[in-house]
Amino acid sequence: MSNTQKFSLSMRLFHWAMAALIISMLAAGLLMVRSLEPWQLTILTVHKAFGVVAAVLVIARLVNRFFHQIPALPNDLSNLQKFVAQAAHWLLYLLLFAMPISGYLMQYFAARPADVFGWFRLPAALNVDIQTYALFRELHGWLALALVALVALHIAAALHHHFIRKDNVLKSML
Amino acid sequence: MKKRYLALLLTPIAGVAAQQLSEQAPKVTAQQFVNLQQGETAHPGFRRAHAKGICVTGEFRSNGKLVEYSEASLFETGAIPFTGRFSVAGNNPTAPDLKAPVRSFALSFATSSTEQWRIAMNTPPVMAVKDPHTFYQQIQAIQAGSEAIQAFFAEHPETSEFLNWKAQYQPSGSFAAEIYNSINAFYLVNSAGEKQAVRWAMQPSVAVSADNLEGVDALHEEITHRVAKENVVFDWVFTLANDEDDENNPTQAWPDSRKQIIAGQVVITAVTPQLEGECHGINYDPLVLPTGIEATRDPILRARSAAYAESYRRRAKEALMGELEEPGNE
Repeated sequence: MSNTQKFSLSMRLFHWAMAALIISMLAAGLLMVRSLEPWQLTILTVHKAFGVVAAVLVIARLVNRFFHQIPALPNDLSNLQKFVAQAAHWLLYLLLFAMPISGYLMQYFAARPADVFGWFRLPAALNVDIQTYALFRELHGWLALALVALVALHIAAALHHHFIRKDNVLKSML
Repeated sequence: MKKRYLALLLTPIAGVAAQQLSEQAPKVTAQQFVNLQQGETAHPGFRRAHAKGICVTGEFRSNGKLVEYSEASLFETGAIPFTGRFSVAGNNPTAPDLKAPVRSFALSFATSSTEQWRIAMNTPPVMAVKDPHTFYQQIQAIQAGSEAIQAFFAEHPETSEFLNWKAQYQPSGSFAAEIYNSINAFYLVNSAGEKQAVRWAMQPSVAVSADNLEGVDALHEEITHRVAKENVVFDWVFTLANDEDDENNPTQAWPDSRKQIIAGQVVITAVTPQLEGECHGINYDPLVLPTGIEATRDPILRARSAAYAESYRRRAKEALMGELEEPGNE
């Protein structure tokens, strides 16, 4: 039994800031690949710029995590449940890295320099490589769907802990 | 309370009715748009629109006259190479050149790792319609036949300038002898942040009659023979809008009296069949812009990125899966 009941303030801030960012990015991404409306270009530009923010945040978050103690999982979980919980969280981290990286690489190989809030532009290849573009374009799409599924599982698990098991798991992140 | 729930239930119905009353074209997605363009049989690995074309390379020789209007490094005095493409409208990579109603010229400038400019130009100077959803209906009408398209034009008075152009347009005998227009307007932005709305056109330096042309690949063969003998040169002419012009309306040309600036010459020095050339892999999305050029709010221009991206994604995936088949000319 750990004496840490809650995640540290910095960890909670990282969690909720990234939750808002990731849900907005997923919604924007799924919408902008379909829409022909005039705001499509604006969302597309903002999506790419916030991709850089997401990449920086996930690195900072992971570094921060190593400096803090994490509340232990409830004792009444089986070893299998504990393993699944931990695996799901590391898979989430993996996707949080893979999303901006695959997004950047599809832009890179399509030779499209992305503008980041007018501060700077991300470099891209001078010449297009359409097949490598296709690889990262499809990967970015599939990873996004995987992330949607994993986020849904994550939310469902948090609600399950709170309302069914009535333990401290959700509260430790509030 | 009950009344409020009833009102909520009726909201979607009222919304649908309002949309039908307002006579706006129903909203379509990028996927629906590209489905319509590609038709019932897609040609794997090829562009869904303007599928037939030829790669060209050369350089833009800038005279420096646009430096005061735009920060884009391309406009500084000097020469910068491009990868371009001539094409004809349509979804078929083996279509007969002379039957296509529209001819196109695209350019890609890879200035540096952070600056790229893609340009897509067509022979008409204006669009027939103002927004992508009505454009979808126009393509549907074209595919349905002459009666449908006549009815469409009759219902859409904004098409009149396009129809006037169409009535007087005489296709030339060469890709080198057409005028190619940006159609949509863009902003030139200078280092002080001042914006100037512009359209541009490539003005040919030769006149070529279409009289002796024949064959499925007439224009492709003509440009190949021409470039083997001499460079093909266009003047790059910018037209500057003034306060009376609406840069967000692609159906209206600006008056001839507007200031024009020749930025330099676009010189084509080599031609390559498209599947062997660099141009085939490029998505000529006109919203890939360098510093110093910005998009207007023109709804047609703004719709192009998503539609081009969908077409590009499909053919890129087909290229990755090895589905691209080189078509024979049957």
